[in-house]
Amino acid sequence: MELVEAIILAVLAASTPLLIAATGELVTERSGVLNLGVEGMMIVGAACGFAGAWLTGSIFIGALFGVVAGTLMSLIFALMALGLAVNQVATGLALTILGVGLSGLIGAGFVGERITPAVHLYIPGLTDIPLMGRVLFGEDAFVYFSVALVASVWWFLYRTRPGLILRACGDNHVSAHALGYPVLRIRTFAVMFGGACAGLAGAYLPLAYTPFFIPGMTAGRGWIALALVVFSSWRPGRLVVGAYLFGAVTILQLHAQGWGVGIPSQFMSALPYLATVIVLVLLSRARTGGSTAPAALGTVFVPDR
Amino acid sequence: MQLVLEKRAERSNTIALVSPLIAIGLTIATMVILFAILGKNPLLALHAYFIAPLTDSYSLQEIAVKATPLVMIAIGLSLCYLANAWNIGAEGQFLIGAVAGSWIAVKTQGTDAGAWVLPVMFVLAAAAGALYALIPAICKVKFGASEILTSLMLVYVADLFLDYLVRGPWRDPQGFNFPTTAEFDPVATVPLLIEGGRLHLGSIIALIVVAAAAILLGRTIKGFEIRVVGAAPRAARFGGFNANQLIILTFAVSGALAGLAGIIEVAGPVGHLQPGISPGYGFTAIIVAFLGRLNPLGILIAGLFLALTFIGGEQAQIAMKIPLDVTKVFQGILLFYVLACDSLILYRFKLVLPNRQVARGTG
Repeated sequence: MELVEAIILAVLAASTPLLIAATGELVTERSGVLNLGVEGMMIVGAACGFAGAWLTGSIFIGALFGVVAGTLMSLIFALMALGLAVNQVATGLALTILGVGLSGLIGAGFVGERITPAVHLYIPGLTDIPLMGRVLFGEDAFVYFSVALVASVWWFLYRTRPGLILRACGDNHVSAHALGYPVLRIRTFAVMFGGACAGLAGAYLPLAYTPFFIPGMTAGRGWIALALVVFSSWRPGRLVVGAYLFGAVTILQLHAQGWGVGIPSQFMSALPYLATVIVLVLLSRARTGGSTAPAALGTVFVPDR
Repeated sequence: MQLVLEKRAERSNTIALVSPLIAIGLTIATMVILFAILGKNPLLALHAYFIAPLTDSYSLQEIAVKATPLVMIAIGLSLCYLANAWNIGAEGQFLIGAVAGSWIAVKTQGTDAGAWVLPVMFVLAAAAGALYALIPAICKVKFGASEILTSLMLVYVADLFLDYLVRGPWRDPQGFNFPTTAEFDPVATVPLLIEGGRLHLGSIIALIVVAAAAILLGRTIKGFEIRVVGAAPRAARFGGFNANQLIILTFAVSGALAGLAGIIEVAGPVGHLQPGISPGYGFTAIIVAFLGRLNPLGILIAGLFLALTFIGGEQAQIAMKIPLDVTKVFQGILLFYVLACDSLILYRFKLVLPNRQVARGTG
């Protein structure tokens, strides 16, 4: 039983950064913008988050640093892709290349340092319930926040008027513009939201997942988050399922090594990436009758006046 | 008052020519600020980065050596990008090429194998790179899976596979437990061009690749097809050009070139297979492709320039203790400025006065 509990806890911890980053990107993409810079924003978020927590001794301020860093990175993207109408694929790649460099530069002074990671919740009585208790009432704040985040995004997109307008921008920016909605401004906010989430997701890694910072610690999680958005067919509900599935694959890989499965560790480590490829293929194949992607995703919009 | 973009009636050729230069200028200006923030003398740093490597023959050779993989990969990527196919996984194709070519080198180690070894290594590396690139291409064409994500995921897979080989089956028994194969035999090594130097045959191959790409794009129907499919997909369909076929073709060619670059790097400057054989060549080559305007000659110049930033970065680290990551930041910023300046080829800035906006009634 304890093993099951430990695995569920580990899966939730591995899934949380994916869920947070993918939720942000989902909003961005729903507004019609494809920001491939998630990995770059995440990795800068990780470095700044660790720096913030190390300097102030506060996990919360560290997380805040991560959010601000991710948002600032996303503003560079918005300036380029929305302000200057530059190809979004190329801009997103540029953001990741820049992010990897910046993260190394910022984080260089912090390699080898340790912090006390985010505390796990403990409610006497509730947390002590066997099996359920630790899983439901014994997580760190990030895990609860990620669930609240994806629920709020669902509510925002499907139950509010601004959410409807945001989706309209993603599906048909020309019509949205004709109706008088400020498409570029809405998209800028969506990109910033995505950046804030990616920054937080990155900060989660050194603040809660491991208590230290190493360069390149995001290890492609930003790209997996992008794949998850495709996996979810741009729906928050399915995103939760996808993120936890991928967290499970990651943990399976770690535990299989611990159990002494006779497969070289590198092959197990390759599992999440291979799973991403396979999932993308299966999904794209299953999707007959056209793509479910927002119709204007990735297209340039320059309003005529 | 508001600054807005307005589409030009036709693309500005003047800006197309000067925009890479403007981008480099802006990047250097930004770097000056960054050096100042890092507490380094910006003038000395710029000298270490851009002038010092050009002043001795050793560094000049190093620039050519570093530019070789960058140019070869970027040429392949430019074909993909021209055809609107987004191969982001050149790094993985580079690594797989290095692995496939090294296979023969490892198998023939210590035997009296003849001069056939190196050519076979080249062929295997190119074939493996092409096959590895075909995975995302076929997933894209057959199933519609995003080639951006699949090609990138395969980078991590290739990296882990290489890691497995050099820590496991291919590890040098005399290597003091370091994850590396034994040094390749002379027949499995790319010959040097200058006695005692580092410049090797790979640089000549890179120049041949540049020339071949220039001929392909400028003088052949296939090259024309690639450009039309990328620039005007609808027109290409009416013209009967098969976009899917071109995705397969450009991915295969770019994978082959990346794979070839991989084995040239391993059998040339490195001399054995080990993790970390690429300081991100596959990703830097994306910058090279864009900075070079997806044009073969432009890519050659851009490749040399980015190689200069690698060598300059190393010298700045030794001479002024400037962190090596500054080079990556520099490259990222450069790509941003290149893309931003390119925007001005198609658009111009226009000032919109507020009264005019009110008169037309927005909102």
